[in-house]
Amino acid sequence: MFKTLSNRLDKAMKTLKGQGRITDVNIAATMKEIRKALMEADVNYKVAKEITDKIKDEAIGRKVMIDVKPGELLVKIVHEQLMQLMGGTTAEMNLRSDPAVILMTGLQGSGKTTFSAKLANYLKKQGRQVLLVACDVYRPAAIEQLKVNGQAIGVEVYSEPENKNPIAIAQNSIKWAKENNKKIIIIDTAGRLAVDEAMMTEIAQIKTAIQPSEILFVVDAMTGQDAVNTAKSFNDRVNFDGVVLTKLDGDTRGGAALSIRNVVEKPIKFISTGEKVNEPNSFDIFNPDSIARRILNMGDVLKLVEIAQDAFDQQEMEKLNKKLRKNEFDFNDFYSQIQQIKKMGNLKDIISMIPGMGKMLKEVEIDDFSLTPIEAIIQSMTPKERNNPILIDGSRKKRIANGSGTSVQQVNNLIKQFQEMRKMIKKMNDSKGKRFLPNINPFR
Amino acid sequence: MGIFGFFNKEKKESLEKGLEKTNQNFFSKISKAIAGKSKVDEEILDELEEILITSDVGVETTLKIIERIEARVKKDKYLNAQELNKILKEEIVALITETQQNDPTQFELPAHTKPYVIMVVGVNGVGKTTTIGKLASQFHQIGKKVVLGAGDTFRAAAVAQLKVWGERAGVPVIEKGMNTDPAAVAFEAVKTGIDTQADVVIIDTAGRLQTKTHLMNELSKIKRVIQKAMPDAPHEVLLVLDGSTGQNAVVQAREFTKVTEITALAVTKLDGTAKGGVVIGISDEFKIPVKYIGVGEKIEDLQIFHREAFVASLLESKS
Repeated sequence: MFKTLSNRLDKAMKTLKGQGRITDVNIAATMKEIRKALMEADVNYKVAKEITDKIKDEAIGRKVMIDVKPGELLVKIVHEQLMQLMGGTTAEMNLRSDPAVILMTGLQGSGKTTFSAKLANYLKKQGRQVLLVACDVYRPAAIEQLKVNGQAIGVEVYSEPENKNPIAIAQNSIKWAKENNKKIIIIDTAGRLAVDEAMMTEIAQIKTAIQPSEILFVVDAMTGQDAVNTAKSFNDRVNFDGVVLTKLDGDTRGGAALSIRNVVEKPIKFISTGEKVNEPNSFDIFNPDSIARRILNMGDVLKLVEIAQDAFDQQEMEKLNKKLRKNEFDFNDFYSQIQQIKKMGNLKDIISMIPGMGKMLKEVEIDDFSLTPIEAIIQSMTPKERNNPILIDGSRKKRIANGSGTSVQQVNNLIKQFQEMRKMIKKMNDSKGKRFLPNINPFR
Repeated sequence: MGIFGFFNKEKKESLEKGLEKTNQNFFSKISKAIAGKSKVDEEILDELEEILITSDVGVETTLKIIERIEARVKKDKYLNAQELNKILKEEIVALITETQQNDPTQFELPAHTKPYVIMVVGVNGVGKTTTIGKLASQFHQIGKKVVLGAGDTFRAAAVAQLKVWGERAGVPVIEKGMNTDPAAVAFEAVKTGIDTQADVVIIDTAGRLQTKTHLMNELSKIKRVIQKAMPDAPHEVLLVLDGSTGQNAVVQAREFTKVTEITALAVTKLDGTAKGGVVIGISDEFKIPVKYIGVGEKIEDLQIFHREAFVASLLESKS
């Protein structure tokens, strides 16, 4: 269903090849494809139109290199433009007042309560004294939910279960925070529709009453065309300071991010994935490059690198590097690699960040369990066998297969893969790695 | 509005109120675009495209609808905006009709299945628990005996949320607390339904993103365990979609269909400015009927989906 933009463009630009230069005439079909691709990623219709016009201006006149696919060149231009449109750099929160009050707002089900807890956890880890405040007095058990989340991360939650007035609760919480030495107050509010006049008045009143230093608008990254209307209505009423994109997992394209940024001109500050409030990769500072890639279905290498850096033990890595260079990579290293990968989180999510893999994976079943037989096989080897895989002969294979509950064929496969890996490593060492560094700069 | 005579007037008003925003733009735009023209030209198609895309209908389905309009106009011609409007409406309804043989007109349960077991699934935050609460109330109001199963044992306080709805509706909620096995809760709920001769058992499940394979597989397991209590259950697997979701809803429908046979859709939050147009494509591609729509906070705001009323509200002008 979602073809990658680069594929589409290659097709649309066949005519462009050999023409040397991008012109008004030869680019028309291509622009249509770009617009379609953006709209399929839920970028707003009007915004997609505006963007393609800008891209057209940018692209016209550029030379088409003979050795570069014109599709790739255009994707690069599109990517640059999207990044620029999303604000280029990351924006900080204003937490200067004492106590600093952060007010959360957004539609129902956008993920405010979960995100509030994640933000609290993030700030707590920086050593701040954080207080969560439960002001959703409408949804059944919303206060309870925040309390459970607060407990999970060890942050106190202020609530008044009998009080049905969120304005009063918010005001009281600030008083309480001052008396109890809390420096940052995160106020979770009820979800509301932009067309709900009474509820919109309420959030405006909360704002007036507590004068927050930071107002965050929380929006589901899967939101469609309506994202712009909603964001605009909320911005008109509370003039928020930043946007939080939630549920940016796996195949979410996040076109809404671009639309919102374009219409309200407020920075996107955080992104959030997953429901567990204390999982390491579930909360992140917004990165325009990473979202631009998602929208264009280009994979998310940057995020992958970040996660890898988080999860991989630096010392382990150095040890491994040494071994790789000496060509001493063995099954022990292989096993510890698997453990490191598992630490990075959901395997499918991780792999889908590799450019081009997202689409391929749609048809493939990958989950964390697919590593289990590999682990079992390695665990069934003796320490000697792990250090020196050449020892593994027919009868040893049978024993390993029995011990790990797999078949001899599976053991064979793993050993074969392992040997392939070693060969690759040897090649890389021989050429000092240079041959394997792909040159990705199309303008060279 | 004669043809919608059976459609409760109040409900119709509420749906229209929810979808009001589109109506105003649509008719005036189309009228402007076709003024003084006798055939569908580029400008009109552009207008059509914009209207459909901005209602989240999606690129593929929009192209499909436009093709059908072009073909239709070629043979039928039209005289004015009203007629083009009518043709458009008919074509979109036809797309949905191909999946949806006949719409029920009110909340009802099949006569010979007792209890009728409904399993409710969907991604996080679409309104599963709220929809279940409202469904329970509606069934309870027409004199049906309802049992709820609190199968979302994962999200903080989800069980507590369902219990509040159970109290409001006056129906029992089977629960084993948080972080327990959802399949066991589902089993117990169905069994209670059988033992107490309930008419309908509705089972809540935790929200899960379609990319989380192990959570998706858990749904198959819940279904299998339910079948141990009642072999032909669940009789309905209801996928709840957030009406403001864009094209990702298509992916959701595809992935959920893979792990459990989705038999019906519910589209929530249509009382905002979102149009929920994505369901047209979903219904067409996966041949799953839309059964319920949510157009507000009140219990009565969960309504039976009626394709003609839905499309009419999406496109019709206010008179």
